Amino acid sequence: MGMYIIRRMLLAVPLLWAISLLTFILINLSPMDPAVVVLQAQGVPSITDELIERTQQQLGLDQPFLVRYLNWMLDCLQLDFGNSYITGQSVWALIGPAFLNTLRLTLVSAVSIIAVSVLLGVLCALQAGRVLDKSVRTLAFILTAIPSYGLAALLVWYFSVRLDLLPTSGMDSYRSYILPVLIITISYAGLYFRNVRSSMLSNMNKDYVLYGRASGLPERVITMHILRNSLQVAISIFCMAIPIILGSTVVVENVFAWPGLGSLSIRAILSRDFPVIQAYVLILAVSFVIFNAISDMINAAMNPKLRNGL
Amino acid sequence: MNILEVNHLNIHDIHIGEPIVKDISFDLQQGQCLAIVGESGSGKSVTCRSIMKLNPSSLQQSGSIVFQGIDLNTLTDQQMRKRRGKQIGMIMQNGMSAFDPSCVIGTHLRETLGQHYGWNRSKIDERMHIAMHSVMLNHPDRLMNRYPHELSGGMLQRIMIALTLVLEPDILIADEPTTALDMLSQQEVMAQFIRLRHTLGCSMIFISHDLGAVRHIADHILIMKDGKVIERGETEQLFTAPRQEYTRDLLSARFALDNHFRQLMERKEG
Repeated sequence: MGMYIIRRMLLAVPLLWAISLLTFILINLSPMDPAVVVLQAQGVPSITDELIERTQQQLGLDQPFLVRYLNWMLDCLQLDFGNSYITGQSVWALIGPAFLNTLRLTLVSAVSIIAVSVLLGVLCALQAGRVLDKSVRTLAFILTAIPSYGLAALLVWYFSVRLDLLPTSGMDSYRSYILPVLIITISYAGLYFRNVRSSMLSNMNKDYVLYGRASGLPERVITMHILRNSLQVAISIFCMAIPIILGSTVVVENVFAWPGLGSLSIRAILSRDFPVIQAYVLILAVSFVIFNAISDMINAAMNPKLRNGL
Repeated sequence: MNILEVNHLNIHDIHIGEPIVKDISFDLQQGQCLAIVGESGSGKSVTCRSIMKLNPSSLQQSGSIVFQGIDLNTLTDQQMRKRRGKQIGMIMQNGMSAFDPSCVIGTHLRETLGQHYGWNRSKIDERMHIAMHSVMLNHPDRLMNRYPHELSGGMLQRIMIALTLVLEPDILIADEPTTALDMLSQQEVMAQFIRLRHTLGCSMIFISHDLGAVRHIADHILIMKDGKVIERGETEQLFTAPRQEYTRDLLSARFALDNHFRQLMERKEG
């Protein structure tokens, strides 16, 4: 297992390098000259060619592409993503706290999503075809069909405005988490519990379940075996859900004025703040790679057949 | 004395709305081996699983199954569970899929024996080691820590037999235990079954479509077709003087195959 972890981590290195190159190329393909963006942000009244050239020199944009890429990558490795073109602040100072805020929201949501999905999935599988299973699936279908901003507005109106139980926005105390986490949980758990359910159902028909019963094992023990095998599929999905939520909290963050990555990235994109956008894309891509590796490692720990596959 | 009596067993599939097993009755005497032979889909496995009450809920069964004087239909789930494994044992067709693929073999063995005997780990391991040696499995402690995919079908089949040796059931149901194995493993496993019968003196229901295997081990044979018993009798009598056309076909198919194989071998040698 130790060897597997090392090999899996080594495999992530070229992937991370490719991501950094791709991010850099994509941003450089933008038709907008960064020097012009900086000058506009500084409120320079007339932008002359001479001025642009001087700014390019200051930003190091006159150097060849590969040199710029290498400099940028080496800086990134030290968590130095440059300065924002708009505010002049260091990108890390801008993105760091926002990333932590979004990460907090994401992790709390992920725990809630996993708990709800596993619970509902197991319950529905054990009751497959009965009233409980059918009603949970119908309700989940309706809830996931409602767009999250609609659901958010509805819940804010009821819990915060009418009942005055929860804050409408901000990130003040644990109570601020309840509504955003609830909305993210509903939109993801409503989909993921189906994976747990169908995976449980397909495992229930396996021979090892029959032999377990024929050996006189209690249902409790057999259910644990089924769960152990069913969760392998679910774990990959859960681990990949974390970076997906990280990158898609934009809507929820905007509704609840959550000071996170979502709101920051929208602002950066609208004002063409290239260093911030670059850092944002890079951080999300890296978290995808990291969580993918974690999911592979958990799966290998649970499924011995996978360990020799790498 | 009859250890098991199956009377007017009917099994109905409520999904497709058709009967699968139609009015089957048979009994099994203490120490006797009964073979149930028939083609795929004739209802052999479903019949045997109904004895252990292990069919899915979509299969409804009626009729009585009397084991040691007790009608199994009157037992609660809990009472039935205690009899499974300990009093009515089962050997599966495919050893490769019979164990949880994400746990080592020892897990199933320890859970099962812990459940029935309440032994601690070292006692279980000690008893399993003896049983595994007796079915010609070397290095039991190493095998206990192996995953199912790391072992061969024949080894897993013998591990199931070893577990049965420790559990000492009154009846053992073997559901086509040699079908998924190659010729050499088949012979080894059959030899273990014959030894197991002698060691435990238990009654046995042996499901198979391999008439050659059945002839070595069974005292009585039931021939099933389309959910019905079409012929029954003592093994030798059935082999020498089959009454039904279908049984004759089964036998001649078997001998034709044998002859064909022998001719091929002779030609190859010649």
